[in-house]
Amino acid sequence: MPTDQQSFTLDNCKIPFSPGQTIMDAALAAKTYIPHLCHFPGISPQGNCKLCTVKIGTRQVAACTTLAEPDIVVESEIQELTDARRALTQMLFIEGNHICPSCEKTGNCSLQAMAYHLGMEDNHFPQFFPQREVDASHPQIWLDRDRCILCSLCVRASQEADGKHVFAIAGRGLDAQLIVNSSSGKLAESDLAPEDLAARICPVGAILIKEVGYQTPIGQRIFDQHKIDEIGLEQVILAHNTTATRDE
Amino acid sequence: MNNSKLKLATTSLAGCFGCHMSFLDMDERLEALLEHASFDRSPLTDIKTIGNCDIGLIEGGVCNAENAEVLRQFRANCRILVAVGACAINGGVPAMRNQYSLQECLEEVYLHGTGIVNPRIPDDIELPLLLDKVYPVGEIVKIDYYLPGCPPSADTFLHFFEALLQGKTPELPRETLHYD
Ligand code: SF4
Ligand code: SF4
Ligand code: FES
Repeated sequence: MPTDQQSFTLDNCKIPFSPGQTIMDAALAAKTYIPHLCHFPGISPQGNCKLCTVKIGTRQVAACTTLAEPDIVVESEIQELTDARRALTQMLFIEGNHICPSCEKTGNCSLQAMAYHLGMEDNHFPQFFPQREVDASHPQIWLDRDRCILCSLCVRASQEADGKHVFAIAGRGLDAQLIVNSSSGKLAESDLAPEDLAARICPVGAILIKEVGYQTPIGQRIFDQHKIDEIGLEQVILAHNTTATRDE
Repeated sequence: MNNSKLKLATTSLAGCFGCHMSFLDMDERLEALLEHASFDRSPLTDIKTIGNCDIGLIEGGVCNAENAEVLRQFRANCRILVAVGACAINGGVPAMRNQYSLQECLEEVYLHGTGIVNPRIPDDIELPLLLDKVYPVGEIVKIDYYLPGCPPSADTFLHFFEALLQGKTPELPRETLHYD
């Protein structure tokens, strides 16, 4: 680290950063975990999930969209924020149909692992039980919108990784949902291929490759063997999703 | 000594009895538990109506009128009421029927399904009416503790009872926390 490198303080640790870097990117580069669901290294941040909320003084900001500044004091691992993050995670659970016992992403799902990380024992809020359309039109990929957490990672990956622009989020408020940019609105008429980053990046069980579910024995799934606060886990998740595609 | 034992009631609402089986998975450790606890109303006893209890374990969500009635009786009689398993906590797999209207479900099963001899939706007064949806128990009554899992492991039950018997607030160790 050059001596003139700027730094800020995160939970009593000095985190070096270069100008233009976000708090999240600087923290991850320094191998310090800030909870996140909609951040993915190399994809532009969008601040959707708010799990990365940290405190600077009395102000709460999203670490993934806030630029690091010299000498700021950032708090992350404090009870107040753990409680807020747990509530946010509970909201994500009740807003969709997260019936993990019947979901093939179970054990490999970042939302679920986040809930474990935060010690979530119940959903606290009343269930919405939404009824959104499942799109199974594509021969190799399917989409269960009731598990989508609107992180928009698939939207951004499809824009930034291959320029296919397959996905978008449409509708306001509670009606917001993931849509497919094709003439019929169906995945089958889109350009999406199983190898695309957009098809593999989904942190939950919303975008799934067909006919590869339940291949990993219990005990060997990603979050049986890893904790979500391990830095660099995104690569493990992508690798898993690639293997799932190839193995069929 | 006997009257200082914890009184324990259990029931399965819209459950599969899997949580009860997982409870029994405590194996020989059940014996130690039963030195400190005795059963009131439970599928494991013959007691038909619940008496005053310390702990009530509820497996399953609420899918019909009788479930709601039993759940309310448990709440009225149990000092501590515990939602056990995914179904009790968020409706679980049975709540996947909430994707359809109740009428659609009944018609599919009793009128249009394959191999049906006498198509008719059962309407005997003895039968509890199904609710419009499957509900988590926490949406009907107040719940004191949750034991997640489908089902929770025997260790989860054990941790829970050990804490209660020692007069501590039950807190599940992170390793036992799972929803599947
Ligand atoms: S997407 Fe994740 S949290 Fe949702 S049901 Fe599947 S495993 Fe559970
Ligand atoms: S489908 Fe998956 S990646 Fe896309 S917005 Fe929903 S949760 Fe995020
Ligand atoms: S990771 Fe920052 S808002 Fe989602």
